[in-house]
Amino acid sequence: MNPPSTTALLDTPLLNYCIALGDDSLTLGHRLSEWCRNGPFLEEDLALTNVSLDFIGRARLFYSYAAKLEGKGRDEDDIAYLRDCREYRNFLINELPNGDFAVTMARQLIVDVYDMGFFSALTQSQDPTLAAIAAKAIKESRYHLRRSEEWIKRLGDGTEESHERAQNAFDQLWGYVPEMFEMSDVELQLVEAGMAVDRSALKANWESTMQLILKQATLDVPNENWAIGGGRDGIHTEHLGYLLAEMQFLQRTYPGQQW
Amino acid sequence: MNQQALPLFEIFIRSKRGLDHRHVGSLHAEDCEQALEYARDVYLRRSEGVSIWVVCSSDITASQESDVASFYDPMDDKPYRHATHYKLPKEVDNM
Repeated sequence: MNPPSTTALLDTPLLNYCIALGDDSLTLGHRLSEWCRNGPFLEEDLALTNVSLDFIGRARLFYSYAAKLEGKGRDEDDIAYLRDCREYRNFLINELPNGDFAVTMARQLIVDVYDMGFFSALTQSQDPTLAAIAAKAIKESRYHLRRSEEWIKRLGDGTEESHERAQNAFDQLWGYVPEMFEMSDVELQLVEAGMAVDRSALKANWESTMQLILKQATLDVPNENWAIGGGRDGIHTEHLGYLLAEMQFLQRTYPGQQW
Repeated sequence: MNQQALPLFEIFIRSKRGLDHRHVGSLHAEDCEQALEYARDVYLRRSEGVSIWVVCSSDITASQESDVASFYDPMDDKPYRHATHYKLPKEVDNM
């Protein structure tokens, strides 16, 4: 028997990689969609929903590609709606509840700065589909970052209350950051094959960008003395179950329903 | 946030290069920069334009209904201000 080709070896890791990236986008997109009609005012409501749709669109691209790689007849909807918590691979930060507006925007800034680094690097992927998705995503993220950066500066350098809420937001989110830069062996294998991004290499840039923005926002960089991870292994917070229950309700109750 | 406290901005969109900016509506924002971003989200979701102007509504000085008599009515009996008032010599084909 011939040894399996490198491509065959990488098939499953690449499939899982795409699903994990889709999960990051879908969970955050869903969270942002919860702001729809709850935004602080009409214009911001629309803006948040636009950003939400960008993330959901991104998830569709990753899931469709995953379904194609898998070749077992599943489609993007099956991947989104018919998996339970343990099969989701998103970073925990994306599934956390929105909290107040400051928490939503603090998370958004954390993710947007990360996405700028991540998708810039992913445009160099040897996998043409991943590189193409990244090229599209980077344009969206540039706008997302412009928004979240401005909002954090407004909140941090705003009133006493907005400053306090913004600082609390970063303090309560900071421990969810480390897992965004931790690599698994399987993912490193994909990096060696030139397909995936070495996320650990993005950390220094992320930190210096965040330090700069937080300083301008008159906020303190939180002391990182705690860290929670496990998202990429399917170990989640209790919040994901509720998120999926709401998001998947229709497909679970009326399997195969189209609209 | 109290929306009443947010200033109003008028939004102008240039739909194509070479065309004029056209007034499309107004929105509330904290300042010009934010108004520009909201204009993108509110009015440009379907690629309706290539350029945005935002103007703080309070910076616009507008004519009033009471100005009608002195501003516009006097023009009604001055047809010679319209090009169509003049008979052109035959030699001039097009004006």
